[in-house]
Amino acid sequence: MTSKGRWRDRYASWGRFPVANPADVIPVVWRSGVLPLGKLERPVLPYGRGRSYGDSCLNNGGHLLDTAGLDRFIAFDRERGLLTCEAGVTLEQILDLVVPEGWFLPVTPGTKHVSVGGAIAHDVHGKNHHVRGTFGCYVRSFELLRSDGSRWLCSPAENADFYRATIGGMGLTGLILWAEVDLRPIDGPLIDTERIRFDSLEEFFELSAGSDQSHEYTVAWVDSAAKGKKLGRGHFIRGNHAPGESPQRGRRKTRPRLTVPFDAPTWLLSRFTVQLLNGAYYRFQPRKRVRRVTSYETFFYPLDFLSDWNRLYGKRGFLQFQCVVPNEVGEAAVAELLGVAARSGRASFLTVLKVFGEAESPGLISFPKPGVTLALDFPFDGRPTLELFAEMERVVREVDGTVYPAKDACMTGESFRVFFPRWKEFSRYVDPAFSSSFWDRVSLESDAT
Amino acid sequence: MRRRTKHDSRLLIVGATSKLAQETARLYAPGSRLFLVGRDGERLAAVGSDLEARGCRVAAFQLDMNRTEDCKAMVMAAAEFLVEIDVALLAHGVLPDQSQCESSPELVREVLEINTVSTLCLLVPLAAHFERQGHGCIAVLGSVAGDRGRRSNYTYGASKAAVAVYLQGLRSRLFASGVSVVTIKPGPVDTPMTAHMDKTPLFASPRRVARSIQRAISRRRAVAYAPGYWRGIMWVIRLVPERVLRHLSL
Repeated sequence: MTSKGRWRDRYASWGRFPVANPADVIPVVWRSGVLPLGKLERPVLPYGRGRSYGDSCLNNGGHLLDTAGLDRFIAFDRERGLLTCEAGVTLEQILDLVVPEGWFLPVTPGTKHVSVGGAIAHDVHGKNHHVRGTFGCYVRSFELLRSDGSRWLCSPAENADFYRATIGGMGLTGLILWAEVDLRPIDGPLIDTERIRFDSLEEFFELSAGSDQSHEYTVAWVDSAAKGKKLGRGHFIRGNHAPGESPQRGRRKTRPRLTVPFDAPTWLLSRFTVQLLNGAYYRFQPRKRVRRVTSYETFFYPLDFLSDWNRLYGKRGFLQFQCVVPNEVGEAAVAELLGVAARSGRASFLTVLKVFGEAESPGLISFPKPGVTLALDFPFDGRPTLELFAEMERVVREVDGTVYPAKDACMTGESFRVFFPRWKEFSRYVDPAFSSSFWDRVSLESDAT
Repeated sequence: MRRRTKHDSRLLIVGATSKLAQETARLYAPGSRLFLVGRDGERLAAVGSDLEARGCRVAAFQLDMNRTEDCKAMVMAAAEFLVEIDVALLAHGVLPDQSQCESSPELVREVLEINTVSTLCLLVPLAAHFERQGHGCIAVLGSVAGDRGRRSNYTYGASKAAVAVYLQGLRSRLFASGVSVVTIKPGPVDTPMTAHMDKTPLFASPRRVARSIQRAISRRRAVAYAPGYWRGIMWVIRLVPERVLRHLSL
């Protein structure tokens, strides 16, 4: 093959930065099969759907275990709402099966194109974190395959230490073969949605506090182009499951309507166009408050309708920065982060704000904790972008916050150990044959401390 | 254009653990009765529980296709479970590496045993059963490789071409008793069988190919390509004169 590496484009991360060349890819198709994990010369890492933004799904120079073939359901208890499936099954496949039967995922991230294994490995969260916690809270059990060939059934009662290390463990503790997940009942596939324009961060926090009890789902989009007095304005989106059937289009297929067929030129999402688009989007809703009933897909997965949207950032790729900061300093820290981003002259295309709840995840090094979470997207422009990320990381460390590894491609090993004080305990459960580009980056100097 | 489509719900699937067979079977869920045949018991169970979770009634039958003497018992077991067999889908097979076939007669024999001999032998009791039943459809996965011998995969192509010719004859024999015989010719598919090939844009997803297979079966086509654009491609490739083709590394 060419020198750029045979697998590079097919097994990239969602942000497509950094670029990594796995030495080889091993497809995993049967959960009963024997994998030669102990005999490999290089470290190995499970790879699901590649929706992690940074390098936690990459393994430069190592082996990837492609779990796309592990896409079978094992059992679906329609009475109790309990689903057992292989680790490569995507949330989309689950929803296609369970929604018509009146069930839903208790927690879903902003895309349904993630595998169950990936959702566990990053202990993903969603718009209802303030009432339901993380995905890991609903994982009853799973089977873990270690490189020595042993298979571990993990649950809160059995092998609880491996259970806790694997939830949020970024695929480093072994290969998840299958999992048993709790579902939640719904009356139909609809979401009663309300969209409220807000003019300041203060107003956002009022809205958020006022909706915590009344709405299961809350999230906010922030106009990153706004400065000065307008800083922190945006749209607050909240919703609840609503009864009723999908209006007439009963069996509408959920495939994307549009695809980005090639890498967009880099000027498409330059600072100016992003500012323009953000401002226009803010004004797109002239009324203060709009209420409507939508399908769950429109509400949870607006970006899934544009498949391969990461190509809009062009070949250079993009980086996402997501952090959580404690509630006490939430408003000030968010304002400072937005300010740092605005002053850098870089504009974030999609900025998302949400208040996390108190629910504790079983995961040993899970990201979500009580506080305010902020996510920003930036095209990768080389050093200036990295400097901006270092600056934002510093702000988060100062206020005792945490940066999300699933989105990260930049944090230093030192920061990682500050953000996740239980990292040492966690590293005892990391399989000796497993590693990732992320883990190489943050754990290499670990013995120095 | 007159299009009669059949809604089949009782299927016998041979080679049920292949990716294409799995994806096709999923399209018939929920509400179908499926009789799954495969060699590996654990894999068969994994495929079966997946289809059961999707709302099918499933029975599994473990069978080494090279044991042709067991085929009759398998067909009887399928007929007992399904009562009437709407569709028998034959999806088993191997895709060998052509360069290995050029140095190993054992491998050539193995490929022909599984892709050709076992298929034709199974079709003997199967055709007899459908003839008695008087309706239904026998669908067999061939390959575009069987349309023209090409340097890159002529051993595999030959094993599939023999099946295609056999099916032509079987089609006219069973026509009188109201049974359809469908030859399905998939192009290259992005499956575990092809995991280590370099993917060209011509590789189709298993899901897309499965949809073509289902459409061909429900419309009782004689010969169908999956996806359909392969009909055009293979038409051109068949037209290329030998003295030109031998210069190409297709």
